[in-house]
Amino acid sequence: MKLLFKLTGAFTALLSSKSVLAEYTFNMTKGVTDISNDIWGLHMMVFWVCVGIGVVVFGAMFYSIIAHRKSKGAKASNFHESTTVEFLWTGIPVLILIAMAIPASKTLIDIEVLDKADMTIKVTGVRWKWQYDYPEEGISFASNLAQSSMDVIKGTPEEREAVHKEGGYLREVDKRLVVPVDTTIRFLITSNDVIHNWWVPAFGLKQDANPGFINDAWAKPNIIGTYRGQCAELCGKGHGFMPIVVDVVSKADYAEWVESMQAEKVAELASATQVWTEADLVAKGETVYNANCSGCHQKDGTGIPGVFPAMIGSEVANGPAAYQLNLVINGMGGMPSFKALSDSDIAAVITYERRSFGNNGSVVQPSDVTSAR
Amino acid sequence: MSSTTTAAYDDHGHGPEKGLLRWVKTTNHKDIGTLYMWFAFAMLLIGGSLAMGIRAELLQPGLQLFEPQFYNQLTTMHGLIMVFGAIMPAFVGLANWLIPLMVGAPDMALPRMNNWSFWILPFAGAILLSTFFMEGGAPAFGWTFYAPLSTTFAPDSTDFFIFAIHLLGFSSIMGAINIIATVLNMKAPEMRLMDMPLFVWTWLITSFLLIGAMPVLAGAVTMMLTDRNFGTAFFDAAGGGDPVMFQHIFWFFGHPEVYIMILPAFGIISHIIPTFARKPLFGYSSMVYATASIAFLSYIVWAHHMFLTGMPVAGELYFMYATMLIAVPTGVKVFNWVATMWKGSLSFETPMLWALAFVFLFTIGGFSGLMLGIAPADIQYHDTYFVVAHFHYVLVTGALWGIIAAVFYWLPKWTGKMYNEPLAKFHFWWALISVNVTFFPQHFLGLAGMPRRIPDYSLQFADFNFISSIGAFSFGLSFLLLTYIVVNCIRNGKPADARPWESAKGLEWTLASPIAYHTFDVPPTRAEILAESQSN
Repeated sequence: MKLLFKLTGAFTALLSSKSVLAEYTFNMTKGVTDISNDIWGLHMMVFWVCVGIGVVVFGAMFYSIIAHRKSKGAKASNFHESTTVEFLWTGIPVLILIAMAIPASKTLIDIEVLDKADMTIKVTGVRWKWQYDYPEEGISFASNLAQSSMDVIKGTPEEREAVHKEGGYLREVDKRLVVPVDTTIRFLITSNDVIHNWWVPAFGLKQDANPGFINDAWAKPNIIGTYRGQCAELCGKGHGFMPIVVDVVSKADYAEWVESMQAEKVAELASATQVWTEADLVAKGETVYNANCSGCHQKDGTGIPGVFPAMIGSEVANGPAAYQLNLVINGMGGMPSFKALSDSDIAAVITYERRSFGNNGSVVQPSDVTSAR
Repeated sequence: MSSTTTAAYDDHGHGPEKGLLRWVKTTNHKDIGTLYMWFAFAMLLIGGSLAMGIRAELLQPGLQLFEPQFYNQLTTMHGLIMVFGAIMPAFVGLANWLIPLMVGAPDMALPRMNNWSFWILPFAGAILLSTFFMEGGAPAFGWTFYAPLSTTFAPDSTDFFIFAIHLLGFSSIMGAINIIATVLNMKAPEMRLMDMPLFVWTWLITSFLLIGAMPVLAGAVTMMLTDRNFGTAFFDAAGGGDPVMFQHIFWFFGHPEVYIMILPAFGIISHIIPTFARKPLFGYSSMVYATASIAFLSYIVWAHHMFLTGMPVAGELYFMYATMLIAVPTGVKVFNWVATMWKGSLSFETPMLWALAFVFLFTIGGFSGLMLGIAPADIQYHDTYFVVAHFHYVLVTGALWGIIAAVFYWLPKWTGKMYNEPLAKFHFWWALISVNVTFFPQHFLGLAGMPRRIPDYSLQFADFNFISSIGAFSFGLSFLLLTYIVVNCIRNGKPADARPWESAKGLEWTLASPIAYHTFDVPPTRAEILAESQSN
């Protein structure tokens, strides 16, 4: 009774919250590529075939349950064999399956066979973020779960609601992937550590990222907009926190974005040759730390005993800088490699770790990172 | 009757040994069957409690109860315990209890090995569960334990997990050998293969699947062990290995495993529906051939779990076609069940309710399976809650439903007592509604884009997760009532007739109730076998 009450309460609560209801989706969405539309079409076709078979089979079953019941005085027949019907209900399903296999094969071949791509993006899964490289444009950056989502994972429902309205709780990143519309993009997908899976539902694109191997996939988005997905292969404790956000923009906007990213890179390279003050390094280092290190070593540097070492009183952070540089750049055991970060980011985060949390290690400059590489 | 235990010999005891040691030393198939069933039920409750933890964390968005690493331990252990601890041992328990009775044999062919294959299980289960208390926690890489998450990046307790899997594998292989030996060597001399009841047939075929598949699993975990501890690199690309090879090996075991968990249930349903339709099973021989075809196909479809690993398109096409083909023999079975009901004289005692729900809900799981088999569509379904919904429909409302149906159907024979019918019907409806409230919304979640195995989710998934969790708590509670119904039947049930279901066929119903400790000291005659046969 209590349970019934709870259930009714739950459903009433659901039905009354209209704002939430608006987000209800029961079905797959069509997406913004020809492939994703084809997949949606196949999905609907198979769904309706199943509904059709279900109506016939369950119809017969329920008719029998209602009409042939003992309580209504039904007398049992004794037939129990018929080669003809066995033949029919083996043959007819085979024909239905062939009819489904033809369009499915066609779509599958469209997905797998790509003659020529207009551009290439390399996607690398790294526990627990995505690294994007545009080899032709010389752009590369990592894409992490947005700080705003991270802050409210253990927050109140209202806080999550607020974050959700600005992009999406757990569905927003610090740096989005940007691609031009109406362009065939080849994605080269791989991983640095465990198997991840790069999934953008609106592109009809989901592909495993295998360490040591490169898979390719492609998409040609037709509609400008922002599309969200997330990692779709269990990759450890951060698996639920690896969103993917793609901005599909006009070709002109894309060109502008490429230019600004390249200018940023030039400025970044220039800053790496300069000598930074400790305060600047620590300030930048805190941001880098919270985005890349706090997942394991914790925001307050306490780590997790027995699993992730603490920063507070760490022998590494208080010891020689060369050892820590090697550790951060190349990784060791459970600690991943962070060589994808820029020289100034690595210098900043190491300095932050060595000069905060009550530690008293030396300051590390970007030039030290350059020579350590 | 040939079936009662007569005092013709006095060189062996006629009843069980007194005291607890009976259960340790027993070589009696009925005792061992009982042990298997209670072990499986205990594991079902433990695995179910883990599921309650999972659904509690998913009740609302945000992290409320567990850290993500512990959440992953819950999903991993839930899957492992349910597959290896609950479903598989329950079917072996049913096989122990029923196969000798159904083929007119005095016991299993290899009774001492039978004792051993059971007694490995509690130790394997304890080792598996003990990993929760180890530093670094239990395995957290999913029940599919894909490398390198389960090798290079796994907690130390993984070596205990490997050992437990080896032990569970030994147990299953020995169980399978015993069943094959019993069916082929111990069945009554007058019983021909095509006289055998379908539960015996499905288990015979399942045993061959076990013998084929379990050693492959043992190979996979052994390679993991050497990768982790002895410097090999089977699954490590840096050493020339390939993580995708792990998935090929795992699913070469894993797909037959799926049928290991469902074929015996097909057999059970093929007993219950004719009994309560008061009509012979439709298409006995086509049922046997369909089971064999499913078993054969189960070995050649494994990579449909791997459409996104980067397989060549020719491979994807082949695995898609082969997978779709499984729908044909599976469909034949469902059609035969419906045809058995057609123009019968149906009544709806508890076992029949479970069997009918099985046919309906397993078919829904079959439909989503067909959808998943369409390789391009699988791109959108893969690793989402759509898959979670699919395999819970086939394993919970399929395999588990079959087991529960069997328990209600044969409980009067095992205990000699009748369960409380109104209470059991109430329990059925409770479980039926709550299981659908739990798993049906998960189809929507998957189609809307929620990946599986995540401890926290974006807010657009909140409502269906809430409904699913409420359903799960209710479904979980229903098992307390099930426990009460079964215990109450054993303790206070009214005496049951030897043949409590008027049109039940099968040699087991020719035995007196309560059943004697030793049965079929003298094998049944040809006339008795034919009178109880499903095939005519």
